[in-house]
Amino acid sequence: MSVNTISDEQIKATIFDVLGGIAPEADFDALDPNEDLRATLDIDSFDFLNFLIGLNEVLGVEIPEADYGQLVSLNDLVNYLSARV
Amino acid sequence: MAEFCMPSLGADMEAGTVYDWRVQPGDPVKRGDVIASVETDKGVIDVEIFEDGVVEQILVEAGTSVPVGAVLALISGEEEAPAPLPSRTQDQAQGRLVAAMAEAVVAEEVRPLEPRPPGLPGRIEVAPTHNGRRLKVSPAARKRAAELGVDLSAIRGTGPGEAVTLEDVERAAATAAKPVHAKAEGQHIRVSPVARRVAEEMGIDLGAVEGTGPRGAISRADVQRVAAGRSAIGEKEVKAAPEAPASVQPPSRTQVDFQAGMRRAIAAAMSRSNRDIPHYYLETHIDMSHVLKWLEAENLKRPIKDRILPAVLLIKAVARALGDVPELNAYWLDDQLQIQEAIHIGFAIALRQGGLVTPAIHHADLKGLDELMAALRDLITRTRSGGLRSSELTDATITVTNLGDIGVEKVYGVIYPPQVALVGFGKVREQVWVENSMMGIRPVVTATLAGDHRATDGRRGGQFLDALNKYLQDVTL
Repeated sequence: MSVNTISDEQIKATIFDVLGGIAPEADFDALDPNEDLRATLDIDSFDFLNFLIGLNEVLGVEIPEADYGQLVSLNDLVNYLSARV
Repeated sequence: MAEFCMPSLGADMEAGTVYDWRVQPGDPVKRGDVIASVETDKGVIDVEIFEDGVVEQILVEAGTSVPVGAVLALISGEEEAPAPLPSRTQDQAQGRLVAAMAEAVVAEEVRPLEPRPPGLPGRIEVAPTHNGRRLKVSPAARKRAAELGVDLSAIRGTGPGEAVTLEDVERAAATAAKPVHAKAEGQHIRVSPVARRVAEEMGIDLGAVEGTGPRGAISRADVQRVAAGRSAIGEKEVKAAPEAPASVQPPSRTQVDFQAGMRRAIAAAMSRSNRDIPHYYLETHIDMSHVLKWLEAENLKRPIKDRILPAVLLIKAVARALGDVPELNAYWLDDQLQIQEAIHIGFAIALRQGGLVTPAIHHADLKGLDELMAALRDLITRTRSGGLRSSELTDATITVTNLGDIGVEKVYGVIYPPQVALVGFGKVREQVWVENSMMGIRPVVTATLAGDHRATDGRRGGQFLDALNKYLQDVTL
């Protein structure tokens, strides 16, 4: 995939899209982009794995387990993904 | 002639509502076939039959609530039929039911498990439509379609084999529901099956009921509110109030009912546990560095969708440790310890809207890690979307609860009767660890055992935790 084909906004939309299937009641408009995503949305490790699988299907990014610790907030995720798509 | 009865799907279940029938009179059935689904406090559960035969007569219509043990259908046996399923709510009867169910699933479990992609319904059923086309529909989708009043045959499925998924139904409903406010003549009114029945019984016109469920679906509570209002203040007051915009969904009434039911079910089981079971608690700290290192390397080799969660290692180790200390894989029934041969691990799964279900991973000791992961994925998905089987809700022989995800250090569990033990895991934390007079930092988990002191003593419990520790040091898990 070439560089810069996907904007941060598109990544964010993808994240919300995948998360919406996992936490349908979540209000993404009210989400603080710097807070702990898993704690705020009550995402357990099974949900989180499914979330990453969903992101992988859309964006093609394989996130190794060792990097999970870097992915706390929405901003973390967007930055991580935008560097790799 | 055998009787197919309303099963007891939990120590505390007193009644259930037949949700739908999957068979008709004249249909041949085999042991393990799902022939009906039943709505309980824990959701809609598929109920299996435990004998071969032919459906002779269906005695209870869908939508009817009957007590546990009520005869739902008559099955004529092709051979000497086994005794009808016991159907009392007492422990003894339940124990036999559990044994029968456990027996029935053995055959099913030796088939290779097919891991399902995430987010897909656990089971696809095939049903004929009115125009003769075969339509594949997931149970969750069917339920939702019934709630929303969506015609399934009009939906093009996007699931495997063009199966209609929950999303398809939601999409179809959303498309059909553009003018959410108006309940124009001839437009579908979204209404739950129970609400429809209650409305019929009470003579309430559904067109006059304001639905407070998702997309304005009418729930039983809505109907009852209208009925109550009518009797209290007269019919002229009962008018559909302006509805909230579709984007602002109030908490669904059916969901509130469901949660209240689930809380009652949990309350009954846990009160009974606390009243009857003299619990003892043991805990131990387990060095997870070896297995987690192994798992990380293993997961690195795998595509993301085939990754194994650490919880699977814990379940596997519990299953192996139960092989060493079988007294904890047991029921306390008739004032005695009844050790169970099959190891069915009930895994506590929290529901997003609150409450929990502990469906069983059958024969956990006989499954490899990949099979366990597939089984866990399948169970969690079906627990959250509907489609659990009756046997999965009733035949767990021990419960495992893992609260590590939310930072809990250790769990003091409450045993689910008639089981005699519950194993709890907290969060895996880096801790200072001393071994062979050397100090280091290791990922450590606190494992706890809640044991029924009527059934076992601390020494057996200690042996179990010791075995658990042993298997969690073993990377050939």
